[in-house]
Amino acid sequence: MSGQSAALRVSVEEKLGVDKFHVDESYPHIEVDKAADPADIMTLVRACPAGLYKYSEGALTFDYAGCFECGTCRVLSKGKVVSKWSFPKGTFGVEYRFG
Amino acid sequence: MSEDKFDAIIVGAGIAGATAALLLAREGLSVVVVERGNYAGAKNMTGGRLYAHSLEAVIPGFAEAAPVERRVTQERISLMTETGCFTASFLNGRPGAPDRDSYVVLRGAFDRWLMEQAEAAGAMLVSGVLVDDLLTRDGRVCGVIAGEDKMPAEVVILADGANSQLLERAGLRAEPVGPRQMAVGVKEVIEFDDKVVEDRFNLLPGEGLAWLFAGLPSGGKVGGGFLYTNKASVSVGLVATTAEFMKSERTIHELLERFKAHPAIEPLLKGGKLAEYSGHMVAEGGYDMIPRLYNDGVVVIGEAAHLVINLGYTVRGMDLAAGSAQAAAKAVIAAKQAGDFSARSLAAYKTFLDDSFVIKDMKHYRKFPHFMENSRLFNEYPEMLEKICAGIFTVDGRAPASMLSKLMEPMKEVGLLNLMKDGLKGARSL
Ligand SMILES: Cc1cc2nc3c(=O)[nH]c(=O)nc-3n(C[C@H](O)[C@H](O)[C@H](O)COP(=O)(O)OP(=O)(O)OC[C@H]3O[C@@H](n4cnc5c(N)ncnc54)[C@H](O)[C@@H]3O)c2cc1C
Ligand code: SF4
Repeated sequence: MSGQSAALRVSVEEKLGVDKFHVDESYPHIEVDKAADPADIMTLVRACPAGLYKYSEGALTFDYAGCFECGTCRVLSKGKVVSKWSFPKGTFGVEYRFG
Repeated sequence: MSEDKFDAIIVGAGIAGATAALLLAREGLSVVVVERGNYAGAKNMTGGRLYAHSLEAVIPGFAEAAPVERRVTQERISLMTETGCFTASFLNGRPGAPDRDSYVVLRGAFDRWLMEQAEAAGAMLVSGVLVDDLLTRDGRVCGVIAGEDKMPAEVVILADGANSQLLERAGLRAEPVGPRQMAVGVKEVIEFDDKVVEDRFNLLPGEGLAWLFAGLPSGGKVGGGFLYTNKASVSVGLVATTAEFMKSERTIHELLERFKAHPAIEPLLKGGKLAEYSGHMVAEGGYDMIPRLYNDGVVVIGEAAHLVINLGYTVRGMDLAAGSAQAAAKAVIAAKQAGDFSARSLAAYKTFLDDSFVIKDMKHYRKFPHFMENSRLFNEYPEMLEKICAGIFTVDGRAPASMLSKLMEPMKEVGLLNLMKDGLKGARSL
């Protein structure tokens, strides 16, 4: 289709590229269990607003760098998949300018 | 009180925390707000609509000074399907009245302004510091722990929002919240050149639109979409119950893209530039989800206490955050005067809150979360309205059906009994 605005049909990665993050390279604030049940993993693949849970060819990859710290994966996983959930240390993580 | 012990430590500089800080500082209490973001608002996101009444009681006329985007004068509610959109629209032409008005806000700017008001009254803000844990002695909360630092206080006010990590630590909730009780929201702020927003949405300067959607945005599941007009941007997003993603087909990101690409929305976003994409949780369990609100040396306010009214067509958390901050501040000021910060003394918070609009309104809508779980609301009814409208507005040269059958056929598909039952239940839960 032609005449589409720049704001439409963008990937979640591109959207995160617009956001501001102070990534703490030395401290992953969320850790995942790569051997978790694929059905539980898929729930997080669908629910994570930042699209950080990726599952392909039987393998889970997760990158905490673009995290909104929303807690959705913590609430949904109930201890499965997410083996550790905490906020990033003070000053780090997402920084909303609009919010 | 020793010199280095604060009367109150507030965790979180959102609307709840900043409002409580302002009220306590005005009464001369020593109060510090600890916020993990680099500034108040740095971590906060909302749909957009602040009902002014409760903050108005704290700072009369606040909207004249605060960075609000627009005063809401236009309302739209839509039932949306893949190929249709049924919209009710209302223009409120009455002159503004501070206690009845509502404003579209962006939290990055708004929370910072509110916290500055608290600081001007004497509260202290410590930003960029995460509270890791609560300081306790003999089972009583007596301060906070942040990294190596221990900060003592007479009372700790938890204002740490929907994703509170401290509520359970304070012994205020035994069970962690479940996926049915929480929704997840995503939002884009899309910027335009000057004047585009007013021209495109038919708005006068300073006036704004609040538009809510049921049906397609949340994938026919519990939730809804929203579009709010800011000064030179729009906030567009959706909210969906987290539990729905256990079995849905789409990712939340796909839901948002599909909503934005809908023919009712896409032309309105044309030419806009994405300025920010955000995600946040919001409670939706209603009254029955409220935790214990106080213990020895601690109270919980705002969304950390799950004080949200989530009706699908409207989410109210910000006015309740300010309302609960007022009730808590009243109780803490009384506790300070009595020199007693025990649970028995802080119980006054619950009494004040029960008497306020916060609990009265939440009780009023108590049954609504269960009503919302009815999937007909998000699937069959939008479809039904699309069929009715398509029937009424289509002329194709075939023999016309009677108006009655144009109405009745789609309604029969849903089931007249279901319609009646849902109508009654909905009316009762409101
Ligand atoms: C998508 C969406 C749409 C919404 N739409 C509306 C709407 O239109 N109208 C409305 O009224 N409400 C709406 N809400 C609800 C509303 O945004 C919230 O209820 C409201 O923001 C709650 O305010 P609060 O001050 O209690 O918490 P928050 O605004 O979440 O503030 C909590 C603060 O605590 C800080 N914090 C948390 N933990 C720590 C810690 N351990 N140490 C230090 N700091 C910490 C955070 O950084 C944050 O600044 C919506 C919510 C969502 C998600
Ligand atoms: S906290 Fe939210 S944004 Fe971060 S990984 Fe979990 S679901 Fe994704």
